[in-house]
Amino acid sequence: MATDIQQLTQTASQVRRDILRMVHACQSGHPGGSLGCTDFLVALYFEILNHDPKFNMDGKGEDLFFLSNGHISPVFYSVLARSGYFEVKELATFRKLNSRLQGHPTTHEHLPGVRMASGSLGQGLSVAIGAALTKKLNGDTSLVFSLHGDGEIQEGQIWEAAMYAPHNKVDNLIATIDVNGQQIDGSTEQVLSLGSLRAKWEAFGWEVLEMSGNDMTDVVRVLHLAKAKAFKGKPILILMQTEMGNGVDFMMHSHKWHGIAPNDEQLANALAQLEETIGDY
Amino acid sequence: MKKYTFTEKKDTRSGFGAGLLEAGKKNKEVVALCADLTGSLKMDAFQKEFPERFFQVGIAEANMIGIAAGMTIGGKIPFTGTFANFSTGRVYDQIRQSVAYSDKNVKICASHAGLTLGEDGATHQILEDIGMMKMLPGMTVINPCDYNQTKAATIAIAEHEGPVYLRFGRPTVPVFTDPDQKFEIGKAWMVNEGKDVSIFATGHLVWKAIEAGEKLAEMGIDAEIINIHTIKPLDVQAILTSVAKTGCVVSAEEHNRLGGLGDSIAQVLAQHSPAPQEYVAVNDSFGESGTPDQLMEKYGLNSEAIIKAVQKVIARKQARD
Repeated sequence: MATDIQQLTQTASQVRRDILRMVHACQSGHPGGSLGCTDFLVALYFEILNHDPKFNMDGKGEDLFFLSNGHISPVFYSVLARSGYFEVKELATFRKLNSRLQGHPTTHEHLPGVRMASGSLGQGLSVAIGAALTKKLNGDTSLVFSLHGDGEIQEGQIWEAAMYAPHNKVDNLIATIDVNGQQIDGSTEQVLSLGSLRAKWEAFGWEVLEMSGNDMTDVVRVLHLAKAKAFKGKPILILMQTEMGNGVDFMMHSHKWHGIAPNDEQLANALAQLEETIGDY
Repeated sequence: MKKYTFTEKKDTRSGFGAGLLEAGKKNKEVVALCADLTGSLKMDAFQKEFPERFFQVGIAEANMIGIAAGMTIGGKIPFTGTFANFSTGRVYDQIRQSVAYSDKNVKICASHAGLTLGEDGATHQILEDIGMMKMLPGMTVINPCDYNQTKAATIAIAEHEGPVYLRFGRPTVPVFTDPDQKFEIGKAWMVNEGKDVSIFATGHLVWKAIEAGEKLAEMGIDAEIINIHTIKPLDVQAILTSVAKTGCVVSAEEHNRLGGLGDSIAQVLAQHSPAPQEYVAVNDSFGESGTPDQLMEKYGLNSEAIIKAVQKVIARKQARD
């Protein structure tokens, strides 16, 4: 286990470098949430998911992942490339004309690894439920995972889906909320407070777990625990505490880096804090 | 001139229900979702026959569209059912991102479209849905005209790969098309050939056009009547061939004149073959409560309105010649 965690942490460092270099190159995109969710996505794709980078849209017999908060596309693209869905050099095309790496993820450009467009918030939980229902109909015992922002759950559709899944015992679904407490206009507490997320989701009938999202050991532990709790009659929700901008000191403790790119000097400063472990694209 | 008769009246939504059941029997991948309107959508037969493939989502249309989109991953062919208003305007962004932009094979099936919903009034009488749906890249838009055509269209869209908006209605209307027809998406149906005017009609207005055509014949006007059941992709060739012969057009639909079939035809004419056109459609307004027949008369969507539009457009053509 110890070596695995070390390897995952090294991969996460490289992914964080990718994120920063991608948003710097096009001078746009969302580094804050991407950096905060890096450990989760690395653990998911390199440790938890049973998946095949020789991508097939239907994903029969594979675990599926849906990114509902599509603006953190940099971390998603980096993790997909680093797991072998497409060549890492393609990361250089992020947000540029004629790229498969659109600002927000899409199936429309046929990028391997993406099964649903996201960007307009609040839609991914319903989609994940649908995919989970199809798995049940197909007798497919693999799992469906999804990731959502905490600001995102201010969208009403999330709560329609939150009601549906427990009522229909969609217990092959593991949804995670990135609880970083930040959204564009300020903290979630200031903008529209979320109250007790545990109490809310438990009241809706979900099995709720908590996870320290920037501690790789805890991420791996809780994701394994979540898998062990699948197929017991309830959908599973993980409340993942993260730090927006995690890994870069001047990007943390603020919502400022939600959707802006670092300049040359800031990039150099940030990269100096993150070891190049696998090799930059 | 072909004479059309009918022995019974049925609602097009029942054609959908019958078609859905048959599509479900033909292909086990067909699944159905409904937002608390199973009886109104006539989905009960499918629910009874295939309970494990029927999904009651409650009054949560956005969630229904998202679930349907997700269900396609792994090979299902989802049919969603609710009223046309809640199938389109209420969930436009869900359809746009999770279905159309994501290229998902979802069939959005919408009943109670247009004014003929009747007494429930304007909150439920959507007249903008064709416009919203036809603007979405990759979306197929179909508005069949009677029970048999709706049934055939429902079976056909199950065999078509890609997102579809299927629009039908609540009232009972004459059943006059072939019960054994094969529905061809995007292929206009020649109802009656003529030489003086082209009437392009969709949905409930097709029967009104047939009624108008008989009266026009008595007045010495030889109307060509074409059923455009598929508004997108539009059968451009059928339109141009007809207009080349008649030189003027009346479009007829139970929809706002902005954004509907008429506008699609006008665009074809403007690009390829300019010709006078009159619209039989709702004149950029909301509906109101009333019986279907009262509403169709008040808002100018009956055979009399078609006859007046024909007279006007022929006069315009003659003034131009």
